[in-house]
Amino acid sequence: MITPERLLSVRNLSIDFHLRTHVLHAVRDVTFDLKRGKTMALVGESGSGKSVTARALMRIIDKPGCMTGGQILLDGPDGPVDVAEYKEGSREVLAIRGGRIGLIFQEPMSSLSPVHTIGSQIVEAVRLHRRVSKKEARVRCVELLRQVEIPQPELMADRYTFEFSGGMRQRAMIAMALACDPEVLIADEPTTALDVTTQAEILDLIKRLQDERGMSMLLITHDMGIVAEVADEVAVMRFGKIVEQGSVDDIFHASRHPYTRQLLDATVKLEGGAEGRALPASLATTVAPVLSVRNLTKVYGAPSRMFSRSSGRGLVAVDDANLDLFPGENLGIVGESGSGKTTLGRMILRIVEPTSGSVTYRADEAAPPVDVTALGKADLRRYHQDVRLIFQDPFASLNPRMTVKQIIGDPLVISKGMSGRAVEARVAELLGKVGLDPLAMERYPHAFSGGQRQRIGIARALALNPKVIVADEATSALDVSIRSQILDLLLDVQKQLHLSFVFISHDISVVRYFCDRVAVMHKGKIVEVGDAETICTNASQPYTKRLISSVPNPDPRNKRMLHRLRADQV
Amino acid sequence: MLAYVAKRVLYMIPTLFGMSLIAFMIIQLPPGDYLTSLLSTMADGGQNLDEATIARLRAQYGLDQPVYVQYFVWIGGIITRGDFGYSFEWNQPVSTLIWDRMGSTLLISLASLLLIWAISLPIGIYSAVRRHSFGDHAFTLLGFIGLAVPNFIMALTLMYASYRFLGQSVGGIFSPAFVDAPWSLAKLTDMLSHMWIPVMVIAMSGTAAMIRILRANLSDELSKPYVITARAKGLPEHKVILKYPVRIALNPFVSSIGWVLPDLVSGVTITAIVLNLPTAGPLLLRALVGQDMYLAGSFILLMGVLTLVGMLISDILLAVLDPRIRFN
Repeated sequence: MITPERLLSVRNLSIDFHLRTHVLHAVRDVTFDLKRGKTMALVGESGSGKSVTARALMRIIDKPGCMTGGQILLDGPDGPVDVAEYKEGSREVLAIRGGRIGLIFQEPMSSLSPVHTIGSQIVEAVRLHRRVSKKEARVRCVELLRQVEIPQPELMADRYTFEFSGGMRQRAMIAMALACDPEVLIADEPTTALDVTTQAEILDLIKRLQDERGMSMLLITHDMGIVAEVADEVAVMRFGKIVEQGSVDDIFHASRHPYTRQLLDATVKLEGGAEGRALPASLATTVAPVLSVRNLTKVYGAPSRMFSRSSGRGLVAVDDANLDLFPGENLGIVGESGSGKTTLGRMILRIVEPTSGSVTYRADEAAPPVDVTALGKADLRRYHQDVRLIFQDPFASLNPRMTVKQIIGDPLVISKGMSGRAVEARVAELLGKVGLDPLAMERYPHAFSGGQRQRIGIARALALNPKVIVADEATSALDVSIRSQILDLLLDVQKQLHLSFVFISHDISVVRYFCDRVAVMHKGKIVEVGDAETICTNASQPYTKRLISSVPNPDPRNKRMLHRLRADQV
Repeated sequence: MLAYVAKRVLYMIPTLFGMSLIAFMIIQLPPGDYLTSLLSTMADGGQNLDEATIARLRAQYGLDQPVYVQYFVWIGGIITRGDFGYSFEWNQPVSTLIWDRMGSTLLISLASLLLIWAISLPIGIYSAVRRHSFGDHAFTLLGFIGLAVPNFIMALTLMYASYRFLGQSVGGIFSPAFVDAPWSLAKLTDMLSHMWIPVMVIAMSGTAAMIRILRANLSDELSKPYVITARAKGLPEHKVILKYPVRIALNPFVSSIGWVLPDLVSGVTITAIVLNLPTAGPLLLRALVGQDMYLAGSFILLMGVLTLVGMLISDILLAVLDPRIRFN
């Protein structure tokens, strides 16, 4: 049943998780083929079973899970073998893991051991499948690191993972997965945790290595943009089932299943600005800004301790930033990780003390400007009622031991001294505003999904009728379809309450959708500020151009990344 | 690495100074001094000294000086001559009294520490890997019993059992015949036959606690992505676990060196009294009750030093084990 071009065939694969209360059918009757040298993308939102499916090909299934049926036919010199028939942990399976199927995955920060050098981890992988001496393995390791374009591979092999940046770690991880020339590479969200520019480089690298080696790739992702750029074939998964599969062109331009279309719409929607969004009138006239940032600078680790290794000036996180936020405006701050955008946001709230510079706040037209950097404790508390924060991680930013009512009501109790009925009424009103059932207030955060939790976080931020909200990567942890819902919610709330947003994100499409103006940050400096559409379509600064051109385009007929600007071209 | 060690050693100096101040302040805290408590004991026995003798004794012991002068005399002696002062109660220099006790304290501490490691490492790994299995539950139960039973009860039970069923002399770390004998093979075997009771008693709660810590840590580490990476390489399961997550979950083991010493002195004094162990705890207690200030002060100071040294050793080992610490 395996034709020569098919390398791996999965037939009716089913995986169950035996949980305490019920059995979860994580993967149901999944069937697909992986062709030699081709890339198959497995697409779906979190919890759709795509990672479980991919790992099952290597017979790695986390604890309460077990395979209940199906075949995994891997073509070999002696005809196809059924991986599903071997015992987990048997010699045959161990030989396939790393030897014939390689795996890279999402967390470049934690997918390599922090206490072993990069080199020793790669050497180990080589020696598991090849009978070579340590020396030969080491030579091979350096060669692999060179192939993944790590500079000075001999030196870097003796470094630890925490000395590598995120992109470099993912390169090292790729080198390790390819150590024994596997025929199949499973890439499980390989670039989700990376910046757009790094993501483009890593995808380039994977593509090049795949072509050189004639490898097949199973790419798991939730980003339709990446699928369009890289994949040959697509399978869309939902609730453990493949709802639709076909060539990438068919999926993008002739999809039949409503869920596929929903996924695509959510992605394409974010490619432009939000509909019906007119620039606030305040921008046109000479309205005074609600927040002005002038010459704001933050230097970390200025030399003071007697034994500090780092000599010199310390790290300049934010360098001389100037920004204005006008009433009713959405100002985006974009940049790669480490560009200082989060630090800037925190300095606006004065959670981080600025080294120098000023932040001026004007509650309304008539009010006198307040210098935030000089506020005392009591005044700062009042300022924090007006300027509030929404966090990135909807799981970590809500106290799991407090009910939703306590979480949202907390600012009311602390700042306004409200109690009892009044809090309850206000919390119910806020929950209604963010699209949650007011009856939910007695429940604990764990009962809610990621998107619902982010709504709770938004309700908390709105509790004190703020004027400005600083949203730090508020949608990054969410699935695409949820992401656009949350953005629409924020826009809706803004219309009702006349808020201004400082929207910090590394995701350019989100910023383009949500923001009126965008400030682009690079290495602590604001390199460009301008109208969102202009920045996204016709930027003037080379760095901005490079950033924008690295964003994957969700259209397989118009691959943007191939023509992107690289660091050495600008 | 060398710079790191040097830095740590340098930081110890101000800490030690602070500790010596606190040690001295603690022994000055109770009202009166050694003579007051001596006089009251004598008065209880019907003896009375005249004012002149008392004053002469005060001057002789240096107790008539202001407190800070006493402190500098004491600390000066330690730094310049290694002289820890004179024990009023024992009529001996503190140093001769102390080294003996410190030696046996260290010996028992180390032995218990090794026993704690030897038992808790395999059990901890087993419990984490086979979480919620029958074996894990059994060890958990045993562990909680170990944590809950007071040490001295365990000591009494073991002493009784050892005397009743093994016919051994119990208490102390030597049989009476060997206490003053020179070192020999016979004395060593005698010591070992006595040591197991205190070592087991002292190690018991530590082991139980360590199993819990290791189980919790390792359970967290087992679900980390780098474990899946190791599996995906094709490494056999037992190697995956021993080489990666266990290595990282080991940190609390090494840290325990730092706290086992002070714990042993202050925590198991009752056990030491019950077992009649010649460790520091009982002597320190007596010195404090009798206001034997130099003896008590020197003990507190030395315990502090030992704790610092323990911390230093554990920090160095941690740095060796975990490069993330080394590079910070």
